[in-house]
Order: sequence, then structure tokens, then C-alpha cells
Amino acid sequence: MSHSPKAAISSIESHFKVLSKVEFRGETSLTVTADEIARICLFCRDQLGFDYLLDLSGVDQFGEEPRYEVVYELYGMAKGEWLRLKVKVSEDSLDVPTVSTVWATADWHEREAFDMYGIRFKGHPNLVRILMWEGYPFHPLRKDFPLGGKPSDMPDVAFSEAAPLEGGPFVTLGTTATTKDREPRARG
Amino acid sequence: MAELAPVAYDSKIEGNVVFTQLDAAMNWMRKNSLWPMPMGLACCAIELMASASSRFDIARFGSEVMRFSPRQSDVMIVAGTVTYKMALAVKRIWDQMPEPKWCIAMGACASSGGMYRSYSVLQGIDHLIPVDVYISGCPPRPEALLEGLMRLQRKIEKEPALYEQKRALLESLPS
Repeated sequence: MSHSPKAAISSIESHFKVLSKVEFRGETSLTVTADEIARICLFCRDQLGFDYLLDLSGVDQFGEEPRYEVVYELYGMAKGEWLRLKVKVSEDSLDVPTVSTVWATADWHEREAFDMYGIRFKGHPNLVRILMWEGYPFHPLRKDFPLGGKPSDMPDVAFSEAAPLEGGPFVTLGTTATTKDREPRARG
Repeated sequence: MAELAPVAYDSKIEGNVVFTQLDAAMNWMRKNSLWPMPMGLACCAIELMASASSRFDIARFGSEVMRFSPRQSDVMIVAGTVTYKMALAVKRIWDQMPEPKWCIAMGACASSGGMYRSYSVLQGIDHLIPVDVYISGCPPRPEALLEGLMRLQRKIEKEPALYEQKRALLESLPS
């Protein structure tokens, strides 16, 4: 259950530059500029009561320009309000200001987005990989990275090999058909 | 009044002498006290814990002593998904185990990577260390692990224990 925080949205719109506003099934997503995101988040926390960062994730919209996105899911405990902020990140400059200074929980989320997509969060206190090991040369959740991975080697730390896909990749179909039709299998 | 049994001499014990081969005796001792190194990496470890507890009771097969030190264990049970980040750590623990040692790959992930045809998962622990018994299942039930352990015991029975022990010496001898 969530309802769009009308007052909060108009307050953000009056104070900052909002590139686009999408409302879908009662959920509102605001796309804002990367330069302002840290200030907007601070404003949301201190003035609008969004005291909780539910999630922070990266998205690779491969083929679009700008290619990457960072999505912030904000929640206000007192009012039960929920708001989604988005920032577009161009491939040429992968820099986004950190919000770990606003919510401490963003620290690890930003490290994950950096690890998986290579998005760099400016001002982050410790921007190192969180899932893969230090020295792994790729960002594996990028759309142009093969599902089976690529070989790499760091002596005494870790290595990786490309997984045999044996006719795969084994993927689900985005359809409303029966489970039998949807289930993961090799598709040519 | 009951007759007191003699303390120093018992003809019943004196008669109990077993003749066997040294190989067979060593293998019998080894197979009935396989101390596992529980390499629990994912959900298979939960089933491994279940096999150790009272309902399934791995102690019936002499493997109740889970050693968390590789230096005191005989069989490494790789239970779970081996990620590339963990792979060399598993190899290192295996290298620290003293001979003779055996390895059980428990479950689909440890055997072949399982459902993780992925950039982050080693496609079977046998890429790094020699595996004696593979157990299918995702995760395998405790019965399956016990069956795997019994298979390993049957394998150990047939090993030329003494020859393996003395191999370095035998190979160095002039023929």
C-alpha cells in the first residue's frame, strides 16, 4: 500500500529541476539531474520527512542514451509515503554524487552499483567492489557482458572462466502464458 | 553365592584373535572414522547439519566429528555453491588437509555449478580438487548424503592403503 505524496512532489518541483514525472498505478517517479541528487535527497530527508532509503540500484538501459540510471526508493516512516527518484547517467561520465552522506545505508548499495555497473559515486567514503573481488576487470551486470562471464585471473586471489551455456542462455519468457511456456529453457 | 570371575586371565578373550591383511585392517579403521571438514557454502550446509543431528545421525557411520580445522579432518564435504571468490579458499583448505583425504561434492552446485551457469560460480569443485563421490540433489536429502558416505566407505575398503602409504618409498627403491 502506498500513496503518492502530492505535497512532497510539488515541493521538490518548486525547489529543484525535475526532468520528467511519471505516475503509474499510484507510484510516482521523478527523474532529476545528477548534479542535484545529493541536495534533493538531503531536502527530502530533512524537509519532507523521507527518513528511510528503501533501495538504491543501478539500471543499464543498453541502447539508450544516456545509458545508465540510478534509482532511489525513498520512504517516509511517519506518513507512510513512498517516492522514487531517478538519475540518468551518461556512459561518458559515470559520475553521480553519493547519497551515503544522507543515508548511511546507501554506502553498500552504491558499492554494489559500482561493482555491477561501474557507476562511480563521487564523494563515497570507500568506493570499492562489494561482491566481486578487488581486481576483477569487468562490471558483470552490464547488458553487453555475456551471461556466462569472461575469463580472468588474479594469481592467489581469484580466477574466473566462461561458463558453458550448452545451447543456452536459459531464459524465461516475459509472457502471461502458462508456467510450462514461461519456464527457463534454451531459446535460439 | 556367585563365583567371582578371574581378573588376570579370561579364556574367552584369549581366543579372540583375528587374522587379516594389514591393508584391510587399515581401511577398516579409516572408513569407520571419517572425520568431515564441513565446507558449508550454501543451502546444502543446512542438510549437512540435519544429517549430523539426531534424526539422521551421521554418527552411525563414524562421521560425527565435524572438524572445523582442516588439519584434523579426513573428508571434505563441499556443500553448496562454490563462487570464484571462494574457490581458492576452498582449494587452500583442501591443501591443508593431511593425507589420506577424500572429497564429497554434495549437491548440484558443488558437482557442476548447478543452476548457476553464471559469471560468478565455479562450474564444479572438480575443476580444483579431486572428487571421490558426487551427490545429486538440490539440495540432497540427508539420506542421500549418508548414501554418499557409505559409497565412499565402500571405495576406501578397496584402496591399497599400505601401498599408497609407502608409495614414495617403493618408488625410490632400485628395481
